Amino acid sequence: MKMIVCVKQVPDTAEVRIDPVTHTMIRDGVPSILNPEDANALEESLRIKDRHPGAKVIALTMGPPQAQAMLRECLAMGADEAVLLTDRAVAGADTWATANTIASAIRALGGAELIFVGRQAIDGDTAQVGPQLAERLGLPQVTYVQKLTTLEDGLLQVERRMEQGYEVLRVRTPVLLSAVKELNAPRCLSILGICEAYEKEIKILSIQDLDITPADTGLNASPTKVYRTFTPKTERAGVLWEEDAGRMAGKLLTALREKHVI
Amino acid sequence: MIHTDMQKLIRKSVRDFAQKEVAPLAAQIDETGEFPDELYQKLAKNNYFGITIPKEYGGTGAGYVVMCIVMEELARVCVSTTLHITSPNTLLGLPLANYGTPEQKKRYLLPEMRGEKEGTFALTEPGAGSDAASMKTTAVRDGDYYILNGRKTFITAAPVADFVVVFAVTDRSKGTRGITAFLVERGTPGFSTGKKERKMGVCGSPTSDVILDRVRVHKSQILGKEGEGFLMAMKTLDSGRIVVAAQCLGIAQSAMDEAVKYVKERQQFGRAIGNFQGIQFMLSDMETKINCARALIYDTAQKKDLGMNITKEAAMAKYFASEMCNDVAAKALQLHGGYGYMKDYPIERIFRNARVTTIYEGTSQIQQIVIAKQLLK
Ligand SMILES: Cc1cc2nc3c(=O)[nH]c(=O)nc-3n(C[C@H](O)[C@H](O)[C@H](O)COP(=O)(O)OP(=O)(O)OC[C@H]3O[C@@H](n4cnc5c(N)ncnc54)[C@H](O)[C@@H]3O)c2cc1C
Repeated sequence: MKMIVCVKQVPDTAEVRIDPVTHTMIRDGVPSILNPEDANALEESLRIKDRHPGAKVIALTMGPPQAQAMLRECLAMGADEAVLLTDRAVAGADTWATANTIASAIRALGGAELIFVGRQAIDGDTAQVGPQLAERLGLPQVTYVQKLTTLEDGLLQVERRMEQGYEVLRVRTPVLLSAVKELNAPRCLSILGICEAYEKEIKILSIQDLDITPADTGLNASPTKVYRTFTPKTERAGVLWEEDAGRMAGKLLTALREKHVI
Repeated sequence: MIHTDMQKLIRKSVRDFAQKEVAPLAAQIDETGEFPDELYQKLAKNNYFGITIPKEYGGTGAGYVVMCIVMEELARVCVSTTLHITSPNTLLGLPLANYGTPEQKKRYLLPEMRGEKEGTFALTEPGAGSDAASMKTTAVRDGDYYILNGRKTFITAAPVADFVVVFAVTDRSKGTRGITAFLVERGTPGFSTGKKERKMGVCGSPTSDVILDRVRVHKSQILGKEGEGFLMAMKTLDSGRIVVAAQCLGIAQSAMDEAVKYVKERQQFGRAIGNFQGIQFMLSDMETKINCARALIYDTAQKKDLGMNITKEAAMAKYFASEMCNDVAAKALQLHGGYGYMKDYPIERIFRNARVTTIYEGTSQIQQIVIAKQLLK
């Protein structure tokens, strides 16, 4: 089975601050990481590969040259190949243009039986690229995958996380799946894995290698226009109680009733 | 020193592993003295036993800068864990990799790398510590066999070891050139280990005597050549010292982290104690010393990776870093006041763990002797 995992390098939002004047992210000195739910998608693909020797996992990203550091991490986890799609023409892409471009890159790689993505990237939180990608590729999709079992050749059983409970679905490949963090715990990297990741070659694609033109990608092909960004004010501060547990439970009960929570 | 991208990724991944897999167990390991086998297997799976050992013998060949990164990051959360890693990477693993026969590598080194067997290095004796060459353990030839008699003391991992590299005198008249290393397996008649020592720190690394009572071993169990055991041990010491220095660095860093956290929280005289200049001076001294050690350690490790001689540098790194981590841990405990003396705070364990580092793998005084010898030669 051939699997392509779409990954993104994102600023570690746990450490991001917002510039109070420009309302944009201060990226300076913020470490870049592999988007957490993409790591879940990669981990699950690697588990499929562990069960089915001969399967192949390709990590694909669209991003600046610095994203190679993240691809090395994907290789160290166990991906067979890593592909970086990098081009000035793709800069400034919104989710629509990104999906256009990545779909084209997947075609350039000869497609795959399983396209795995993370539910959303922590820098944008849109959760749109995965579903749009499936549409562009004309593939069925299951989002919010929290459990996956391979049944027979080309048949998967997945659990789709819902707000209350989950759905169990059977799907045939080729298919696009999006992973949520409940799916698995990504593996730790071994020293050998990291050393060997730095001996492998990262395949670099530019827009010339794709079946799209500069007009289909980047800022020009992005219908999303940012009107204004701002930091939401936290108007209601939390309340902190420190006293006898029994008393606090009573207080909590009253407070929740007052707010009509219970 | 500035790390490469690969080294940075290794640091990040070891830190991640340390936080997720080791830190939650550290207090329990210290308290019970039991090192979980599951954790041992995870260390093997991440190749932590074979960082300095070449790939063809089951290691990674990643070298000493990487080894120091791993030691530093793991020592920050659990020093006992690092004791399980030093031996396969240095005192035990290196002689096996450099002098072992193909058969010995297959039987001892490869399983050690995979975490299937744990070995140990037994040099010290009750009457022979710093002056290891004055050892009393003997090996007397008997046809194709040797008969070993004697007692080794303070041997790390002896209570759980599957095999031990034992140093014994084969020819007293030749002095240090009459000492030979033997691979002795647990289960060989006459081989036993003593009771587990009750130690001040590094409690998750069991220590005991190794007792040899007319133990008969075949000559094929000699590691290296007859009479070359002591020189072999001395040659691996440089590597061992730089690795212990990195362990000290991790200990000091953890003490520093705890100190900084605490002085920001603890309020006295109406403000956080970190606001007092007297305390700031202490913190600055601690931080400066830690970074002096860091610079010396990684510089030495890099020289080692480049194939340069590091005898003096490794001794200086071990000497400075071990004394430094005791100083920093003591100051960090002082900054905690009475709370630092209680087992509820991590600094209590850090302080106890620091203490052994100026003693094992050559005391500070022995490092000074090595440094001076290099200076005056
Ligand atoms: C937890 C732990 C684990 C250990 N693990 C191992 C192991 O796995 N394998 C192993 O073989 N050994 C091991 N050792 C032993 C360790 O290496 C020795 O304890 C160490 O070499 C010191 O020897 P000693 O204890 O006999 O002290 P001594 O040599 O008796 O030293 C006593 C004091 O005298 C000083 N001194 C000695 N000679 C001189 C001199 N010429 N000039 C100035 N000062 C001097 C020393 O610095 C020290 O302060 C371990 C020890 C400990 C505590």
